[in-house]
Amino acid sequence: MKRYVIIGNGTAAVGCIEGIRSVDRDGEICVISDEPYHVYSRPLISYYLEGKTDRERMKYRPDDFYRKNGCKTYFGRRAVSVDTENNRVGLDNGDWLPYDSLCCAAGSSPFIPPFEGLDSVVNKFSFMTLSDALAVEKAVTKEKRVLIVGAGLIGLKCAEGLCGRAKSVTVCDLAGSVLSSILDEECASLMQKRLEENGIEFMLADTAASFDGNFATMKSGKTVEFDVLILAVGVRANTKLLSDAGIDVNRGIIVDEKMRTSADGVFAAGDCAEGYDSSLGARRVLAILPNAYMQGHTAGVNMAGGDEAFDNAIPMNSIGFFGLHAMTAGAYDGELYEEKDEDSIKRLYVKDGFLKGFMLVGRDERAGIYTSLIRDRVPLGEVDIREMKKIASNTIFSSEKRRKRFGGVV
Amino acid sequence: MKRVYVNEEWCLGCHLCEYNCAFANSGLKYMASLKGKKIFPRIHVEEGDRVTFAVSCRHCSDPICVKSCIAGAISKRDGVVVVDRTKCVGCQTCILVCPYGALVPGEDGTMTKCELCLDNASGAPACVAGCPNRAIVYEERE
Repeated sequence: MKRYVIIGNGTAAVGCIEGIRSVDRDGEICVISDEPYHVYSRPLISYYLEGKTDRERMKYRPDDFYRKNGCKTYFGRRAVSVDTENNRVGLDNGDWLPYDSLCCAAGSSPFIPPFEGLDSVVNKFSFMTLSDALAVEKAVTKEKRVLIVGAGLIGLKCAEGLCGRAKSVTVCDLAGSVLSSILDEECASLMQKRLEENGIEFMLADTAASFDGNFATMKSGKTVEFDVLILAVGVRANTKLLSDAGIDVNRGIIVDEKMRTSADGVFAAGDCAEGYDSSLGARRVLAILPNAYMQGHTAGVNMAGGDEAFDNAIPMNSIGFFGLHAMTAGAYDGELYEEKDEDSIKRLYVKDGFLKGFMLVGRDERAGIYTSLIRDRVPLGEVDIREMKKIASNTIFSSEKRRKRFGGVV
Repeated sequence: MKRVYVNEEWCLGCHLCEYNCAFANSGLKYMASLKGKKIFPRIHVEEGDRVTFAVSCRHCSDPICVKSCIAGAISKRDGVVVVDRTKCVGCQTCILVCPYGALVPGEDGTMTKCELCLDNASGAPACVAGCPNRAIVYEERE
């Protein structure tokens, strides 16, 4: 009987467990996590603050998930070392767990720049985990002014979640526009407008430089008074455990399309891994939930002796604030086709006869059709490009292609 | 497994399937009650150049919506891809990834999709039963 060890208990770990079980029903699976919780949906912590979900509904899989999948859980335990000579993982209580194959799904950690005076701030939090959300929930009341450093996905979802709970929410970022990792300035300004209409204040192209108790001094010299500070500057892949074991890491743990690392029998998946982005044509950390699941699943299948490759990973994000949705995917590279009006923008990027990427803001479209053109590398010669530019629709394909796609044999 | 298929050369583009779907999933007693209301069908008719056809969930063998759902709200049960709308937070990641455009927000913003009418009063796909030209069929093809 094979013995599997998974470090981490998030989305990639679940993908890994389900991947293993699609091949091997019997092997023993050990899951190690320093978080003392049943697996929960991490991106839902902002919805929790908003009151749109609760602890019960946040469970990413049902209560009987580990039992049904024959998993032994080591929750509240930290993996402290990986010994690739003897195929075993060291725990913080001194125990060793032997493995035949190992998956590191250790996620990422908040990156906290060395702000001067940060120690003097009493109420400061990151916003990555359920524990963070529970602590923030306690600290923020109707009288509290919240300052969020970072206008990325995490900072802004946190802002939305806290909007109805706090006296005020201010978001600052060194970047001149919100969501700068996925949106261009014009798309970002639509999102920012919606956030501002709902009471969130921004200080962009300006960020906190130093802190003194309840005061932040900005780069511009302005001073901001706050009661609760949220640090959402960025995240770093948790690579140390494997790099200490001599496994190749870059920004993330380097994996191939089967999620293998440089060490035999050791795999990595999710936010800690650096795999191939087929839209970019290079390796990068793709810290998004679908990618975590798919990498985890691929790792699991291969750990159990199956054969699965995940070679069409691309960045893709669907994010909404107060009812306004932005959907993005792929690389913003190539010839631009755009359509826009006051409340919505659509941008498609076409290069070498392929759709490479898109941004949609406020567009009620079936964006997955565009996403599939990118992921499946569909030559645009096979679709009606004029129609494609107009709207994401199945009418862009020929009848024959459509029949094939829909699985019908007519 | 039996699935809903559309023979597009027979589709009239009448949109009756959308009404039958919306009604079957509405919990209403009379279809006439839908009149004047915005309907939320889980099948939709697309109209191209000289062609019309209805689209609904393909219940993929390897459903990307299930793998991508940030809430763990979409799962496959006995071959049918289903949404637990109590868990859905309306992030629309499933819309971003479904290659067919088969998921749509319902009235409350949570996602809906064709679940083959297995759990509603219809008991079998209402779009199929109500298609006047038998362009939509419910059959085993693999």
